[in-house]
Amino acid sequence: MGTGTSTGTGGDAETGPATDADAATDTATGRSASRRSASARAVSWSAGLTVVLVAVVLASATVGPVSLSLPVVAKAALNAVAVPTGVTLTAASVGLGGATATVPLPDLTYTYLFSFPVDGTAETIVRSIRLPRIALGVVVGVALASAGTVMQGFFRNPMADPSIVGVSSGAAVGAVATIALSLSVPFGIQGAAFAGALVTAFVVYLVATENGRTPVATLLLAGVAVQTFLGAVVSYLLLQAGESIEQALYWLMGRLHTASWGDVEVTLPVAAACLVVMLVYTRDLNVLLLGEEDAHTLGIEVEQTKRILLAVSSIATAAAVAVAGVIGFVGLVVPHVLRLVVGPDHRVLLPTSAIAGGAFLVAADTVARAGPAELPVGIVTAALGAPFFLYLLVTREVHSL
Amino acid sequence: MSDAPLVDVRDIVAGYGDGPVLDGVSLSVERGDFVGLVGPNGAGKTTLLQTINGVLEPDRGEVLVDGATVNDLSSRAASRRVATVPQDTTVAFEFPVEAVVEMGRTPHRGRLSGDPDGREAIERALDRTDTARFRERPVGSLSGGERQRVVLARALAQATPALVLDEPTASLDVNHQVRTLELVRALTREGKGALAAIHDLDLAARFCDRLAVLADGDVRAVGPPEEVLTGERVAAVFDTPAAVVPSPVTGAPTVTPLSDPDQGRATGHGHEYEHDSTSGVGRDTGRSPKLGDLQVHVTGAGTAAARTVATLAAAGATVTAGVVPKNGLAASVAREHDVDTVEASPFEPVDAATEAAARDHLAAADVAVLAGDLPPSLRALVRDHDAIVRVTDGGTGRERRDTGSEEITGNTGEFRADSRATPATVVEAVRQVADRPVAADD
Repeated sequence: MGTGTSTGTGGDAETGPATDADAATDTATGRSASRRSASARAVSWSAGLTVVLVAVVLASATVGPVSLSLPVVAKAALNAVAVPTGVTLTAASVGLGGATATVPLPDLTYTYLFSFPVDGTAETIVRSIRLPRIALGVVVGVALASAGTVMQGFFRNPMADPSIVGVSSGAAVGAVATIALSLSVPFGIQGAAFAGALVTAFVVYLVATENGRTPVATLLLAGVAVQTFLGAVVSYLLLQAGESIEQALYWLMGRLHTASWGDVEVTLPVAAACLVVMLVYTRDLNVLLLGEEDAHTLGIEVEQTKRILLAVSSIATAAAVAVAGVIGFVGLVVPHVLRLVVGPDHRVLLPTSAIAGGAFLVAADTVARAGPAELPVGIVTAALGAPFFLYLLVTREVHSL
Repeated sequence: MSDAPLVDVRDIVAGYGDGPVLDGVSLSVERGDFVGLVGPNGAGKTTLLQTINGVLEPDRGEVLVDGATVNDLSSRAASRRVATVPQDTTVAFEFPVEAVVEMGRTPHRGRLSGDPDGREAIERALDRTDTARFRERPVGSLSGGERQRVVLARALAQATPALVLDEPTASLDVNHQVRTLELVRALTREGKGALAAIHDLDLAARFCDRLAVLADGDVRAVGPPEEVLTGERVAAVFDTPAAVVPSPVTGAPTVTPLSDPDQGRATGHGHEYEHDSTSGVGRDTGRSPKLGDLQVHVTGAGTAAARTVATLAAAGATVTAGVVPKNGLAASVAREHDVDTVEASPFEPVDAATEAAARDHLAAADVAVLAGDLPPSLRALVRDHDAIVRVTDGGTGRERRDTGSEEITGNTGEFRADSRATPATVVEAVRQVADRPVAADD
């Protein structure tokens, strides 16, 4: 399942470099339509990055206490590729406080596409232990990087990141409260984090909205204020955490080691749906870069577009943060790096950022778990991402958005 | 519907929350019409354009474009009727020119259906604005004039019947100013209606079919440039005396502001100004000292004379003028102020009758003012007067002024306002000279 998301986006990896060269030739001849070249560039870059992503995924799956060879990993991974072929509703009981309620939850049945003969132990290690974690890394990375790209374009502010409207802080309050106060909430810590994230984003949006208009500057400042406030709440909750403080801190640092296929099943559809909506709005994002007034005179329903983009990027971020904790820097740095490489056109930037975000997070998580003592991946993303970003800043001229 | 105006602004009140910027503005733009919107800063030009392109909803009244109320339309529908060339085009981003022009197709593009006519419209817009040759280059790498054309191309790609432009020439050099406005005019000849806020009155008068003068939130006048631009109106609206004369080259009215060009400089060079006060020029004692019942005769040419006439007339003096060059700046300003003027063809000897007429005025005047550089014959005309004020033009060097003063040395009433003369100092000088008792023969 793990690689299914991304190979779908990229298409045939073999043609990647060729298409790229074609696009370059078109550009050189000067008669190419920018529309064609933009989509051609999007496809070729995405294909190339998908190759990188697959390589990172496979390489990552070989790393661990038991070292596995690449062919074994590849076969085991392919055996794990499945398509959902049926849905049945199963009743699940959900408890909040003393009360319990029964809600129907969809249960998917999968059909597996491949069945290569692989050693049983190796297959178990890859499919049950490493791949869920890698798959979740891809999904979270894609969600954070795409949400970050949208937020930066939307705010026309290079410091914008996916949690700028308080999504991560809200998720942190939800999660830490659940851990520290031993609350019993539906869908556990993840449910609380997801709810906290969306409630916070919505509150920030309401605070910043007046007469149906949401100025991005107000939104940004409201987000900063709410984040600061929620930071205080989290600190207070940590003081009350007692025994569970370690679990809370781990959550706050961002980690993927608790990943299960179940997490992937929940997060993937949400992130994928959000990404599809964002991809539909890439042109609108480009026009919004001209400023809201210009965008309005070019036929963009500015406020409505902002609401949609804010909603989908907040939901994508919330879904990612809920399962993985606060993983910083992916959503900030990956879009910047890709902007330096592929340019500001969101038609190219958004898909490439998304794929690169997935690859980056998997690589960082591999580093996080490769050492003698496992690190929270949030530490690694920051430790790898920040110097690389600084390197780009000093070696290449960085234009503001 | 086609005989209704393309853009019809109906009695709108609009603003940004703290009181209306526009208060009861009505204006219409027809197809094929290029209307220039002129007026001082803060008059509400941009606000008016924003109500037309749908960015700002008027508090009262309505704006119809192509028969539909703009604010009832979706942004998409409105953007198919009005394209906007914004004032600020220095957007720092690295999109290629073609991609920016393509953004003009946004209102025509369906999420599913795409934009079948887009390619052609983009190519046409690129060709038309002569931007096709740098279609691949990032907009950020272009010059201001080129960038302005790209934004114009974007607006053309929008394929709208109406075009609004906010200061399209503000940051351009002369060549690009003219090219831009020529292009807009050509587009209106093909049936578009255009409304452009333009700072430069001369350019506006030269290229627009009609001008609308906006001041204090109200349209003061609308009509052909030669009717709308009068010295009086320009003076009232822009709060500076001005001369309007037809351009000898284009025939369009040209506006020359007459308020002292050094007024700003005087504050910037305080010391210099202090020194100059020793030469007899009074300090700026206020904007409008009154000259009441004085009769003042002005002789001279050019902006110095024009400025002096306007200043003295504004101060309430009875002004006569002559001999001034026929149809020159001074003569035109004198006409504006109903000043009794003796004119003579430039570069020709002044005939006896003219000279006599001027002498009559001089004899009746309490004070004679010599403004600008004068031929010796005219200086001789004034020499005998009791009270003389000399106003020299800003560019006149000290040496020449000294020469000038020598020639009228011995005249007791002489008083020189130097190059930093402001309306106030000129009036003050006239006042002082007039108050001085007539000297006995000594």
